Amino acid sequence: MLDIKLFYHFGSFVLWQKQIFSRPENGRMYYKETIRQMYDIGIGSLAIVFLISIFIGAVTAVQFSYQMEGTLVPPYYIGYIVRDMTIIELAPTITSLVLAGKVGSNMAAEIGGMRQKEHIDAMEIMGVNTSAFLVMPRLIAAVLMVPVLVCAAAFIGIMGAYIASVPTGLFSSADFIKGVRSFFDSYNVFMMLVKAFVFGYILTAVSCYQGYFVKGGSIELGAASTRAVVYSNILILLADYIIALVLTA
Amino acid sequence: MIRAENITKEFGSQQVLKGISFTFEAGKTNLIIGQSGAGKTVLLKILVGLLQPTSGNVWYDNINLINASKEEVRKLRLKVGMLFQGNALFDSMTIEENIRFPMDMFTTLTAKEKTDRVNLCLERVSLSGINKKYPSEISGGMQKRVGIARAIVLNPLYLFCDEPNSGLDPKTSITIDKLIQDITKENNITTIINTHDMNSVMEIGENICLIDKGLLAWKGHKDEVLRDENEKLHDFVFASPFLQKLIDAVK
Repeated sequence: MLDIKLFYHFGSFVLWQKQIFSRPENGRMYYKETIRQMYDIGIGSLAIVFLISIFIGAVTAVQFSYQMEGTLVPPYYIGYIVRDMTIIELAPTITSLVLAGKVGSNMAAEIGGMRQKEHIDAMEIMGVNTSAFLVMPRLIAAVLMVPVLVCAAAFIGIMGAYIASVPTGLFSSADFIKGVRSFFDSYNVFMMLVKAFVFGYILTAVSCYQGYFVKGGSIELGAASTRAVVYSNILILLADYIIALVLTA
Repeated sequence: MIRAENITKEFGSQQVLKGISFTFEAGKTNLIIGQSGAGKTVLLKILVGLLQPTSGNVWYDNINLINASKEEVRKLRLKVGMLFQGNALFDSMTIEENIRFPMDMFTTLTAKEKTDRVNLCLERVSLSGINKKYPSEISGGMQKRVGIARAIVLNPLYLFCDEPNSGLDPKTSITIDKLIQDITKENNITTIINTHDMNSVMEIGENICLIDKGLLAWKGHKDEVLRDENEKLHDFVFASPFLQKLIDAVK
């Protein structure tokens, strides 16, 4: 039974993508909506991304410093490890998981609310392709803004590591900067951006799907919002693994 | 003119509509009446294209909505306006933005032309000057009128109203009914109203179809309602104990 449902939703989700990417009725309206969504996703999530990244960077530095204590590994390696961990894994994955909770649940609730209040029906009757009008701007905004947020998260994370370790005397500023500048491989940044792009798409598409096809009342809307976050998180982690396999092969 | 041709609709094993055929005429207020659960809303949703029938056809003049091409449906949609039971006004937009929305989406009018058209529509529903208010800042009756203004902003040929009087007091209901009827006459629109409000039936019912358990139980004009002997019609019209007592007293 679960398998049938899973296949049904997967098929429905794939077919729905075709409707989302059909020709817009009015480019200007779609453009305005995309800008609004970019603002909501980008500026609206900056504070939480800043807060989380700074602590993730700080904790990573403190814990690596603890683990390296008394070993023969040179101290500047901590800067190098923090940088690569942040860029390759922590910034894209943690930021996207947080965004799935903040932005994804909001999208599911917003679109689901529109479904329940007959706003979507009203647009359909006017002749609007609601799948495209409600979802395409959000998808474009997310795949543009999530990479920007992830870049910011990576930078802030490294700064957090510096702030948490250098002033507290875990290691010197020179060691940290040397570590951050050592063995830099721009391919890692490429990997981070690929992840951010894919995760941005997943969290938006899955959340919008949950909201768009919601049926019932407020309890179902709450459940759809929860599913949006849970499924997005699972798919993000799965995609993370697949991208890691493919891009490091 | 809209013609429903042998419409059936099944949800799983439950047959909600059982072969409804009816012609909704242009320039008249066509009413779909019936008790709750009779299948009125399902029929209206099929007529407007929000639901697909299990079988049957829906003709908009000479276009069959059921097997029309995407392009034909897109063009047809621009000729359709709808007033929803819950108004379906966009909460985050002002009244002006709500009414402008179809124009923003589908026309190349200038900003001034759009504003003029909005003002004209608001004037038509006697709500001039509320352009900058939000739906939550006006009463239920006013929201209905804004819904009508939005429905007529693109000069539709077909107007659908789902329970336009629900949640309104009798006086406001009469105003809304009168407004819909006037707009129908002025622009020779095919208006279809889904209602179970007997005041509306007796005021504006020019072409009525009574749905009972998914079947067309009766059709006719408001003047025939009180005289007709149809049992289903009688059950529906005189369902109110107050009305029944009144009739008995007159008798």
